[in-house]
Amino acid sequence: MMLHKIAAAFATLLLISGAASAQGAKPNDAQIAHIAYTAGLADIANAKLALRKSKNKDVRAFAHDMERDHKAVNDKALALVKKLKVTPQDNPTSKAIAKGQADERAKLSKLKGKAFDKAYIDNEVAYHKTVDNALQSTLIPSANNDELKSLLETGLKIFQGHLEHAEHVAAEFK
Amino acid sequence: MRAGFVVTAAVAALSIWGSTLARAATIQVTIDKVAYNPVNISARVGDTIVWSNKDIVAHTATNRDKSWDFTIFPNKTAKVTLKKAGEIDYYCKFHPNMKGHISVKP
Repeated sequence: MMLHKIAAAFATLLLISGAASAQGAKPNDAQIAHIAYTAGLADIANAKLALRKSKNKDVRAFAHDMERDHKAVNDKALALVKKLKVTPQDNPTSKAIAKGQADERAKLSKLKGKAFDKAYIDNEVAYHKTVDNALQSTLIPSANNDELKSLLETGLKIFQGHLEHAEHVAAEFK
Repeated sequence: MRAGFVVTAAVAALSIWGSTLARAATIQVTIDKVAYNPVNISARVGDTIVWSNKDIVAHTATNRDKSWDFTIFPNKTAKVTLKKAGEIDYYCKFHPNMKGHISVKP
């Protein structure tokens, strides 16, 4: 189960960094914006599922934080692409993220109680690790526009905070 | 003679009032890009700390000893008046990678 989770996380990470090299070039700003926005939307959907299913106080508080923060960051990203007159571009990486997290939610929705809480928070830890890695190694270095780069950098710090928060909650279920 | 006493008393009163003002300072902390700035503060008992959140998301200023816990939304402020001397470690509950320290002298 654990190995499977790690493998899945790595597959996603490879996909994210691989998408850039497969095209023989770095992702462009329109693709980066789409990847970051899609990653945020997926975590909002994960949070909404947790708020429907969980009764655990700490899990619910974490899910509320994810919903609020990822919406705030995505709102800024939308305002920025509008200002820059960039149309976010769908790409294999954002498709892989959306599908990967939709598959996770399908698995999660079959679980109940403590089993759900543990699986949700473990996925949040793994997912934030993967996204933080992708931001650090690929998305931030590839971003061309300074305002986009700055928003991604602030996003990374916010999401590193989410990772730490998720790890604290996950420790409850150990 | 009497006028002179009134003036002296007024000056004395003003200087007491003035020194109290000088002692009770307001210390501004800006929250931006997931950090408290400045991170480390030296303060005295009676000083007030004011946090201004200039960031794009909500943060908290949460004392590790649980004596205060403020949620601060973007473009909002929160404040606390320091009541006793000691070392205060505080952090953001939403983003525990955000940490601050206040050294409170008597």
